[in-house]
Amino acid sequence: MAEINALLGGFGVALSPFNLMLMFVGVILGIIIGVLPGLGGANGVAILLPLTFSMAQQPGGTTSAIILLSCIYWGALFGGAITSILFNIPGEPWSVATTFDGHPLAQHGRAGSALTAAFTSSFVGALIAVVMITFLSPVVASFALKFGPPEFFAVYLLTFCAFVGMSGGNAAKTVASMMIGFALAAVGLDSVTGTLRLTFGFTSLLKGFDFLIAVIGLFGIGEILETLEEGLAFKGASGKINMKVVLETWKELPKYWATSLRSAAVGCFMGIVPGGATPASFMSYGLARRLSKDGKDFGNGKVEGVVAPETAAHAAGTSALLPMITLGVPGSPTAAVLLGGLLIWGLQPGPLLFVEKPDFVWGLIASMYLGNIAGLIVVLTCVPLFAAILRIPFSIIAPVIIVICAIGAYTVHNSMFDVYLMVIFGIIGYAFKKLSYPLAPMVLALVLGDRAEENFRNAIKGSQGDLMVFFSNSLVGGLTALALFLLLWPLIRTALRALQGKRGG
Amino acid sequence: MENGTDRSAASVRAVEIGVAIAILLFGLVVVFDSYRIGAKWGDDGPQPGYFPFYIGLLICISSITVLVRGARNAVLAEESFVSRGELKKILTVLVPTVVYVSLLPSLGFYVASTLYIAYFMWQLGKYSWVKTVPVSVGVSVAFFLIFETWFQVPLPKGPLEAALGLG
Repeated sequence: MAEINALLGGFGVALSPFNLMLMFVGVILGIIIGVLPGLGGANGVAILLPLTFSMAQQPGGTTSAIILLSCIYWGALFGGAITSILFNIPGEPWSVATTFDGHPLAQHGRAGSALTAAFTSSFVGALIAVVMITFLSPVVASFALKFGPPEFFAVYLLTFCAFVGMSGGNAAKTVASMMIGFALAAVGLDSVTGTLRLTFGFTSLLKGFDFLIAVIGLFGIGEILETLEEGLAFKGASGKINMKVVLETWKELPKYWATSLRSAAVGCFMGIVPGGATPASFMSYGLARRLSKDGKDFGNGKVEGVVAPETAAHAAGTSALLPMITLGVPGSPTAAVLLGGLLIWGLQPGPLLFVEKPDFVWGLIASMYLGNIAGLIVVLTCVPLFAAILRIPFSIIAPVIIVICAIGAYTVHNSMFDVYLMVIFGIIGYAFKKLSYPLAPMVLALVLGDRAEENFRNAIKGSQGDLMVFFSNSLVGGLTALALFLLLWPLIRTALRALQGKRGG
Repeated sequence: MENGTDRSAASVRAVEIGVAIAILLFGLVVVFDSYRIGAKWGDDGPQPGYFPFYIGLLICISSITVLVRGARNAVLAEESFVSRGELKKILTVLVPTVVYVSLLPSLGFYVASTLYIAYFMWQLGKYSWVKTVPVSVGVSVAFFLIFETWFQVPLPKGPLEAALGLG
C-alpha cells in the first residue's frame, strides 16, 4: 500500500491554505472559460499559463501552479455542461454529446435535474478516474507502452466506425460529414514529407484548419442562425437549481449505476490511449443508447443520456493526465498544454517524475480529488448566477455571443483569417443542421485527423503497405475486428431481423 | 415554423441536392489534388496524397448517395427548407455579421464590436439610444478590461485606441 502513503503525503501538500485557495480560483475561472463558447479548456489553460511562471519560481511553486492549471481544466469540464444543457451550445467538443439529451430536458423544464445529473456524473467519472490513476498507473503505463501505430490507428478506426454504426441516422451523411473533417484536417503542410496539401497557393491555409475554429463556427454561429428562424426568443432554458431538485435527482441517479460504470470505463480507457474525452463521450452515449431499455427515447430528454457522456468525458479528461505524468504523452489537447507548462517550469515529464518529484506528482493527484470536490460545490451553488444570463434579451446576448466567438476564434492563433473561417463554418453548420448532417463526426475527424493519418502511415510503412498489419496480433486485431463489427452493425442487425422474421413467419 | 402566408424560398430537396453537389465538388478537389501530389506507394512509404485520396473518394461516394436519394425523394420537394420570412431574418443577422468581421482589421475589435452590438439592439431589439449606447459601450469596455488587462490577450486595435493611447 505504498500508493496510500504517497497519496496521504500528497494530501499534506495539497491541503495548504494557499493551494486550497488556488483550487477554488482555478475551478471558478475554469467554469467561466468552459461556459464562454469561444474559450475552452485548452486555450483557456494556454492563456493562463503565463500567469504561473513567477509562481513556479517559488519553492514548491510548481505544485501550486499545476494545481491552479489542472483545476481550470476541471472547471472547464464542469462548465461545458452548463451551456450544453441550457443553451444547446457545447462549450467544449466533449460536451457535444451532452446536448443530445441535456438540452431537451431543459426545454421540458427539467434543467435543474439535467444539470445536477451532469455535475454529479462528472464528479463520479473524475473520482473513478483518479482512483484508477492512483492505483493502476504502473499497470496501465505498461499496457499503453505496448501500443504502436497500428494499435493507435485501430483505436481511431473503432471510434469512427462506432459513429457510423451507432448514430442510427443517415449513414451516408455521417460518412460525408466525417470525411469532410478528415479532408480539412489534411489541409496544410504535411508533417512527414513537407509537401503542401490542398492549399492552392493560399498562405492562410498553410497551417490548416483548427478544430476550435470549426467548433466555434459550427456550433456557436450556426446555432444563433438557426435560433433566429424561430423568432428572437433565445432557446436558453431556465437553470434554477435548489436542494430539492438536487436531492431528487441524486435519488434517481443510482438507477443508472451500470451506465455510470460503463461510461467511466470507456472514459478511462479512451483518456489513457490518446483518443481523448470527445470520442469517449460519444462512444459511451452511443453505448448507453444501444444498451438501455429506454434507448429509443434517447435524444428526447433522458437523464441517463446526460449521465453517460458526462461521466465518460470527465473520466477521460482526468485519465488523460495519466499518460502525461507517467509517460510524457498527453492524452488530450488540454493535457498537451499542461505538458508544455511542465517543460517551461523545468520539469521532465516521464516515469522518473514519480521518483524525483514525488511531492509534485502526489500533490497533483491529491489535488484531483480535492479539486473535483471543490468543482462540484461551486457548480451546484453558482448555477443560478449563470442562469441570470438567460434573462438578458436575445438582441443583446446574440451579438455579445458572436463577439465572444470572434474574439475566441481570433485568440486561438491570433489570426484574422480564423475569424472569417468561423463565419463560413457558421453558415455550413446552419445548412448541415437543417439537412440533419451530424456535425460531431466532422469536428471529431478534424481533431483526430492528423493523428489518425500519422499512425496509419507509420503502421503501413512498417508493414510495407500490407493492410494486414491491422490484424497482426491479438490486441490490434481485436480492436480492428470490433471496429468493423460496429461499422457493419446496422447491416448485421437488419439481416438478423430478416432471419428472425422468416423463422417467425 | 411553417407559416401559411409565408412562401417557401427553397425546398428541402433543392437544398439537399445543392449541398450534396457542393460536397461532391469538394470531394473531387480533394481527390484530384491528392492525386497530383502523389497518392501511391513511394520509395520510402506512402506518398503525401495517399490518405487524403481515399478520404476524398469516400466524400464523393457518400455525397453521390445523398444526391441520388435526395433526387428520388418527392416528399422532400414539397417540404420547405426556409421560408422567405425566415430567410430575411437570417440575412438581417448574417449581413451585419459579415460587415462586422470585415471591419475588424481596420476599426479594431472594440470599436467594431460596440457598433455591432449597438446595431443589433437598435435594429432588432428596437431599443432607444438611451439604452443602446451604455450597453454596447459597457460590454466593449468590459471586454477590454477582461482581455487586455486581466487575460493579457492583446486584440487588434484601431485608430480610436491609438488616439486614446491604449494601443
